[in-house]
Amino acid sequence: MLRIHKAPMLAGALLILFFPWIARQLPTISHYPDLMVFAGIYTLITLGLSLLMGYAGQISLGHAAFFGIGAYVSGVLSTQFDCNPWLGMLLGAAVAAMVAVIVGAPSLKLRGHYLAMATLAFGIIVNIVFREEARWTGGPDGMIGIPGLSLFGLALDSAEKYYYLVWGIVAAVFLFSVNLIQSPAGRALRAIHASEAAAAAMGIPIARYKVIVFAYSAVLGSLAGSLYAHYMNFINPATFDLFFSIKLVIMIALGGMHSIWGALVGAIIVAFLSLEWLHYFEEFEVVVYGAILLLVTIFMPEGLVGAPAKLMARMRR
Amino acid sequence: MAAESVQDPILEIEELVMAFGGLTALMNIDLCVPRGRIKAVIGPNGAGKTTLFNIITGVFPPTEGLIRFNGRAISGCKPHHIAALGISRTFQTVELFNNMTVLENVMTGRHLRIRSSFFGSGLALPSLRRQEKGLVEQAMALLEFIGLAAKRDIMADALPLGERKILEIGRALATDPQLVCLDEPAAGLNETETEAAAHLIQAIRQKGITVLLVEHDMKMIMDISDEIAVLNYGEKIAEGTPREIQNNPLVIEAYLGQGGGFDIR
Repeated sequence: MLRIHKAPMLAGALLILFFPWIARQLPTISHYPDLMVFAGIYTLITLGLSLLMGYAGQISLGHAAFFGIGAYVSGVLSTQFDCNPWLGMLLGAAVAAMVAVIVGAPSLKLRGHYLAMATLAFGIIVNIVFREEARWTGGPDGMIGIPGLSLFGLALDSAEKYYYLVWGIVAAVFLFSVNLIQSPAGRALRAIHASEAAAAAMGIPIARYKVIVFAYSAVLGSLAGSLYAHYMNFINPATFDLFFSIKLVIMIALGGMHSIWGALVGAIIVAFLSLEWLHYFEEFEVVVYGAILLLVTIFMPEGLVGAPAKLMARMRR
Repeated sequence: MAAESVQDPILEIEELVMAFGGLTALMNIDLCVPRGRIKAVIGPNGAGKTTLFNIITGVFPPTEGLIRFNGRAISGCKPHHIAALGISRTFQTVELFNNMTVLENVMTGRHLRIRSSFFGSGLALPSLRRQEKGLVEQAMALLEFIGLAAKRDIMADALPLGERKILEIGRALATDPQLVCLDEPAAGLNETETEAAAHLIQAIRQKGITVLLVEHDMKMIMDISDEIAVLNYGEKIAEGTPREIQNNPLVIEAYLGQGGGFDIR
């Protein structure tokens, strides 16, 4: 288990703080803050998934659903009910948590492939709802005119302003997760991953912890969805489909599932791959992701974050 | 039978039946564990010993029968409830948390005795941070007791089997149990390691903790047990002191008939 040190966290915080300024100096990457907004949104989801999958060992192939729930609850409330976007965001998170508890309580009793199948099906069902409930969601065409966010009267109308909002939230969630991992609750999650029988024998209420961490990851997914909707001002169901759920898994697999840092690294890399570097491949993008997942699983099961330590250990031998 | 006359039993099992479909793993078992003693359950492979442990610790509910712990019925309770009442256990196939260090394994064993809130932890409440410091000290004291203090930062799966078994016992002790159920603590261990395990079990008894022991190592059983119950094909065929068991013809037949040339004396 990788330890979480304060020094890299501080370095990361400084980098985030000055990145927009750096990007402004270099014309070739001047649009990167915009990409980093998406990277931050993805990171919010993967931070939850990393706790759920990497630490607690529960697979989910349906997290695009929670991303979508946040986006659509925010979208529908703010366009059709004139609801304050921040309130919409909170309500979206509440809905996601509720859905997670209802879906999670029975399905988290399943293990391995069965849990994967259950969450996969859940993701597909939710996506169908987005497509079919056209009266609310606009159907396959999606919905337009979702208002932007403003904070204390300041409209967050540029990529740079939104960048600071998103990464501020990411930083807070990251800190929360780091604290959690290094606490009794975090150890309980890892215990469940290692041996449910032994965890129960130590008095850890397994079912409760699984549902809580599932709901936590759902809330983060939903917050990410709301941030996405208010940034894009437009959403459609294709964004929240099965492929995005798989992409999320690729993110944490590539970054490294067993460390919270992996969630960060994986989300940023995949965001840049899908929004910038892989345009050249067009439809064959999927093939590249498949290749990445395959190579990582075979050669870097610990992901990019775990790879250096592993390489060092091998060199020493 | 000896069991009924025990004063102050910590665990009483009455007419316990466990059937898996058509297979009856345990038939009308009566068993009594006296407080503060080491009680062993022996028997050939498949006799139902581990099944008995799994029922006591709540892994599955019994088909019939009653289990009382400190006079309170616990049959059918969930494992984490039973752990909270004061029964802890180890596993035949060592079930350590391999994704944690030695120290973290023992700290996780303290889960029941500390406060752990998901959101409080995430917000790093000062009270929880103080608790974490105390927790490390408690876990270190336990590691001293079991003799693994020097290995605190090693990953659990990097330990040799003998130490893994010892660590699992230490983790069970971390729950502050009144009764520990040890499922074959000497299985796969060499002579020195077995001796170390036997010493540890006796030290646990001296702390006032009751031990229920399943084991195949007859020398160890005879050396450290206060009482022995013998299971064969899901039935209890004998119960008594080590000396009584050694001379019981039914027991000798069960072992000789099964393994051939097995000398329990």
